[in-house]
Amino acid sequence: MARALMTGNHAAGQALALAGEANRAARGCAGGAYPITPQTEIIEYLRGFEFGKGRIVAVESEHSAMAVCMGASLAGARAFTASSSNGLAYMTENVFAAGYLRLPIVMIAVNRTLGPPWNIWVDQGDSLALRDAPWLQFYTDSHQDLVDTILVAFRVAEDRRVLLPAIVALDGFVVSHTQMAVDIPPQELVDRYLPPCDVPHRLRPEHPATMGGLTWPRETEHQRREIQRAMERVPEVLAEALDEFERVFGRRPDGAFRAEHTGDAGAVLIACNTMARTLRTVVTRRRRAGQRVGMVKAKLFRPFLRQALRDAIGPATRVGVLDRNHSPGSGGIFWQEVAATLQGRPDVLVQDYVVGIGGGDVTPEVIDGILDDLLVRERAAEPVWEEVAT
Amino acid sequence: MTAVAPQPNRVSQECIMRPGNTNCAGCGMSIGLQLLAQALEGERPYLAIPACCGIVTAGAFPTSAYASPTIATTFASSAAVATGISAVLRQNGDESPVICWTGDGGTYDIGVAALSAAAERNEDVIYICYDNEIYGNTGGQRSSATPAGVATTTTPHGKTERKKDMMAIMAAHRIPYAATLSVAHRGDFLRKIRHARATRGFRFLLMLSPCPTGWKSEPAESVELIRAAVGCGLFPLYEVFDGLRYRINDRPDGTPVEEYVSRQRRYTSAQIDPAVVRARVAEQWRCLEALATAFPAD
Ligand SMILES: Cc1ncc(C[n+]2csc(CCOP(=O)(O)OP(=O)(O)O)c2C)c(N)n1
Ligand code: SF4
Repeated sequence: MARALMTGNHAAGQALALAGEANRAARGCAGGAYPITPQTEIIEYLRGFEFGKGRIVAVESEHSAMAVCMGASLAGARAFTASSSNGLAYMTENVFAAGYLRLPIVMIAVNRTLGPPWNIWVDQGDSLALRDAPWLQFYTDSHQDLVDTILVAFRVAEDRRVLLPAIVALDGFVVSHTQMAVDIPPQELVDRYLPPCDVPHRLRPEHPATMGGLTWPRETEHQRREIQRAMERVPEVLAEALDEFERVFGRRPDGAFRAEHTGDAGAVLIACNTMARTLRTVVTRRRRAGQRVGMVKAKLFRPFLRQALRDAIGPATRVGVLDRNHSPGSGGIFWQEVAATLQGRPDVLVQDYVVGIGGGDVTPEVIDGILDDLLVRERAAEPVWEEVAT
Repeated sequence: MTAVAPQPNRVSQECIMRPGNTNCAGCGMSIGLQLLAQALEGERPYLAIPACCGIVTAGAFPTSAYASPTIATTFASSAAVATGISAVLRQNGDESPVICWTGDGGTYDIGVAALSAAAERNEDVIYICYDNEIYGNTGGQRSSATPAGVATTTTPHGKTERKKDMMAIMAAHRIPYAATLSVAHRGDFLRKIRHARATRGFRFLLMLSPCPTGWKSEPAESVELIRAAVGCGLFPLYEVFDGLRYRINDRPDGTPVEEYVSRQRRYTSAQIDPAVVRARVAEQWRCLEALATAFPAD
């Protein structure tokens, strides 16, 4: 396996290219490319890559980038694209359409603040705004997690039991533009890991179906419930995909949630993306100092596996959520899910901390402050806004 | 009397739109899709149809009036979805036609960016706009294809702005082929579809599509109306090759514009001055003739 120093964007581009190339013996790959900071290098990489059987179309908008992915997937190819922030917002109509059409497209979302005001730094609000679309959503905390999760996402999305598109999110700049050593697997191993992409409902002249036309309420409800059932099959398919990943590549990416030190912890903090890594530093230090605190890295946001989260949290009676996103009039979006997950546990205090909005630097000191608050707080309050220095 | 040789019934092989569709009586789409199927001689194109009457007419799941593989795209996206389909078919050695079948709203308005981009990239796609000059599906609102003087639900006193010249816009993309289609000129229609089919790259076809519901005209007069539109010069039949070489297929035959306008109650008499319409038709023809003379196709 080639270990090389590279940016998150470069790593994502390589992972997508490997996955696309792995389908060359089947119907190949295709996708749409449209630039937006901080994901631009991904689509630049894909446009420069020479696919054995594939075409990345330089379109005029994100809306069309997803439309090209839909057309490609409907024609049976492995399809993918990448976007960020306002690009994701502009694409939204087709994001929903791709999911409702059950097309297993993979999209990289390099998290960036939605504008205005214009701000290019990290905030998960852009991809979380798509939480009600029929897409899987993975949040990754490092370059390696990103590469591995992209491959896993294709495998899970394309599985017949799922057949739903997947977003793989990463932090803008913090991961997209920093360099880390990453293991990029060779093509042969990716070929082995990813079965040929088979879109069972692809358009075929010999079976001239009309996809996406009118339906009555009853059929529509059936379709929505089918999607819910497909979401419910994700845990089993994901577990198989991770087992197979370990067999083929010799390492195991994180699953839906990664619990650390929660077995005996009285207080647990939950975070996604690189905030989870900073949180790990803090929790490790506190454990060394003898404090019973733990953490959960939240990786899979859709489907949101409530039982898995309850298991991950363990016996803790104080749970804090770090949300680098904000739903105006409510609070952090991860917190909403966590609170719903713990509604059967009135003994647990659940507190939301909205932090790092607009890309503010969430340092270990900031998290220390949050943890101190969580440890002494008497009751849960409305979401707390934690200001950071920059 | 000359006996007409019975035509073998090839409907089953040649139909793209099956009976049982929900088109209004006299809808231009019904005629256009039949002619399209005849020209393609049984070949089943891949259809990308955005939100418009053209997809509603398929009927409700699990039935469909389309006998071809069809994707109902979002309103703005038919050209981009067709791009994806075409890209994958071609990389798999499949030369089947990929056709966008769209209304004027999806072409002139919301879909114009995706259309322009697909044309600029010269995607291997046939784009057919059935232009009924109105948003039919949503009950008859204006589009930028609606001519001046026409009353719609959003221009109740008559539209004041002129119709956008989509053919000029598409020709400016220097695409291999652009042409107008008339359902009253069957031979010309079939020939153009066949030429489009035989050509590679982006092909744009604009069909003036009678819409009795929106035009407030008689369904039985649909074909005659289009004949009048061509005859009076309002809807010129022409082709543009590579955006640079022009061929005029038919010239005004002296039919008065009133013949066309007065048979549709959508034209508000208060807004329509036949002299103004005649002047605009004359201006359009001066332009077209000048182009055809300076840049002839033949
Ligand atoms: C994004 C979006 N906006 C609005 C609509 C509602 N809508 C559906 S069809 C239509 C008008 C279609 O008009 P046109 O393209 O001219 O086709 P026609 O209905 O006349 O056949 C509109 C506004 C939609 N489906 N999607
Ligand atoms: S409203 Fe017009 S375009 Fe739509 S089906 Fe009826 S006649 Fe055809």
